Amino acid sequence: MSRKLTYREAMREAMREALQRDPRVILIGEDVGRYGGTYAFSKGFLDEFGPERIRDTPLAELGFVGTGIGAALGGLRPIVEVMTVNFSLLALDQIVNTAALFHHMSGGQFSVPLVIRMATGAGRQLAAQHSHSLEGWYAHIPGIKVLAPATIEDARHMLAPALADPDPVVIFEHAGLFNLEGELPDIDGVDIASAKLRRTGRDVALITYGGCLPKTLAAAEMLAAEGIEAEVLDLRVLRPLDTAGIVATVAKCHRAVVIDENWKSGGFAAEVMARIMENAFYELDAPVARVCAEEVPIPYAKHLEEAALPQAEKIVAAVKEMFA
Amino acid sequence: MIEFRLPSLGADMDEGTLLEWKVKPGDRVEKGQVIAIVDTAKAAIDVECWQEGTVHRLIAEPGQKMPVGTVMALLLEPGETVPAEAATATPHTGSNESREVSSGSGALREVGAGGTAPPPAPEAGERRRISPAARKRAAELGVAVEKLIGSGPQGAVTLEDVEKAAARPAPAAPPGDRFLAMRQTIAAAMSRSKREIPHYYVSEDIPLARMLAWLQETNAQRPMTERLLPAAVLLKAVARALANYPELNGHYRDGAFQPAQAVHLGVAISLRAGGLIAPAILDAGAKPLTKLMQELADLVRRTRAGSLKSAELSAATITVTNLGDQGSHGVFGVITPPQVALVGFGRIAERPWAENGGLKALPVVTASLSADHRVSDGHRGALFLRELSDLLQQPEELAR
Repeated sequence: MSRKLTYREAMREAMREALQRDPRVILIGEDVGRYGGTYAFSKGFLDEFGPERIRDTPLAELGFVGTGIGAALGGLRPIVEVMTVNFSLLALDQIVNTAALFHHMSGGQFSVPLVIRMATGAGRQLAAQHSHSLEGWYAHIPGIKVLAPATIEDARHMLAPALADPDPVVIFEHAGLFNLEGELPDIDGVDIASAKLRRTGRDVALITYGGCLPKTLAAAEMLAAEGIEAEVLDLRVLRPLDTAGIVATVAKCHRAVVIDENWKSGGFAAEVMARIMENAFYELDAPVARVCAEEVPIPYAKHLEEAALPQAEKIVAAVKEMFA
Repeated sequence: MIEFRLPSLGADMDEGTLLEWKVKPGDRVEKGQVIAIVDTAKAAIDVECWQEGTVHRLIAEPGQKMPVGTVMALLLEPGETVPAEAATATPHTGSNESREVSSGSGALREVGAGGTAPPPAPEAGERRRISPAARKRAAELGVAVEKLIGSGPQGAVTLEDVEKAAARPAPAAPPGDRFLAMRQTIAAAMSRSKREIPHYYVSEDIPLARMLAWLQETNAQRPMTERLLPAAVLLKAVARALANYPELNGHYRDGAFQPAQAVHLGVAISLRAGGLIAPAILDAGAKPLTKLMQELADLVRRTRAGSLKSAELSAATITVTNLGDQGSHGVFGVITPPQVALVGFGRIAERPWAENGGLKALPVVTASLSADHRVSDGHRGALFLRELSDLLQQPEELAR
């Protein structure tokens, strides 16, 4: 039986289930305990699971991510919550130089079974220091997996395989999705290895992930009204990237637009485009296009923030240009 | 400057294809002079210019398809001189380098010595915009992609342009390129056939002594103009034999065989300039032999004159190829998609024929059947050829 719930509730359920199921799972981060989590993901967890397992930390990302790595090496299965990707840069050394490398540096003797969750993205008028999308930076790093759940189903089911993974997994949750409500299908789980088609079409492949998925689906509806059948591929896993899934949709549609809230220069969309050029060049009937964030710090003012981000109308315009 | 635009040549015309320019830059044009031939969906039409002037620049290229109202050429009004910017728009004229580039590519035209006509788009030295998918598909279909007119952004040739070009039975092309265009069409159809249709082949030697003797007798009683050719009798026999083998007569479309109700017999007719067309004799099974003969002669004449009706070009349900006097003993042909069979006849010639333990010389034809194995099997094919042979032993029956 499918049921209706929000992205927030789905993620909360996933964490609660993980804590109940495995005593090694702990949750640490700023405000996750007494306050119930910055985004209320862990409300009531402190009472239910106790201060041993639900740990408030000081504003010290480098320290508490490092603590998570130590706990993982010590046999626990920590979930570390970082408030936004902007702040995660303080912990970059721990993630990139320690967590991602440990398996390699120890000659395979140690793994770091750590899950780091962080909010990403703009759209809620929180200004530049809380709104950037830097998940592409993490997708650059070998040794970690990078997930971007964009649906209720992925929010509910991606945490379990992430915790089961023996190596570090970083999960990016787009803050604009938290209040998204939808049907949770009655399924046992999802994989964290493949992209997923969210809409089938034949004229153009719209390739996206995370917070841009709803906008892209809206754009596909608008295009359908004009007779252009767009296929929407949700990448879901930014590292390792599902090249076969990308190639399949491009080979079917012969045109592709990559939609990504990163900035364009050196952004994640560029990687997807490069994969298409390497693997599906002869399937293309038009240059691959991308719709990304404007190359500015994300503004606070609502209209400027909207103007800086990919929107359904911009996606429609990019597609139409291909058919001009 | 006068803009010469593609006129609407009928209420239902919204686009046309330029076949040929009758003028060149520098030519004086009078009112009412035919300056271009444009192909509409129905026919090639001479297009007149209703203003007086001098041709400055031809913008549309032969083969180019354009909507009504498109500027096809620029003419100078009497007394008008070449504007300065237009004169400088021919930067490559005279440059050895650009000449090399031009002669290296069939898509580019040499710039005239007088420098009157700047090269049409694409500019000299610029590479044609062809999408990778279009290039790949064009190679598969045997379409000459460099010759296509692109409909994509900035004139890029797209997948759709290639597929349309391959599907077009007779692509509009200037007269000099008709042979090439026909070669491309045949290439596309035959490549598709060999790619999609699993062919099987069977053949049968058919003695024609009775048939030829009967034909001689019949023709002796007919005026010259009504005499029958062996080819007509063979066609009639094929049409008649198909009545019992519906799986050889029809089309394979959308993954399924669709048998045809009547036999529209495609006849492969070679053109004197090369290439071939296979228009159909409609409902050949129902027509008396004399009528079939008349239609065959008419079809050959009109095919070579280039005045076929569209129904004849698209209706065939099976094709017969007949090599005639000049041909080989037998021919094993390639099926014309989406048809499912092709009957081939070689040369009728005297050959040794063994019968009842004895050997004699007889006129014999080798009949072959190429058929689509998705629809029929070799055993049925062989029975069909056997029936064809039996029918040809009773020519008087075929006359009706």
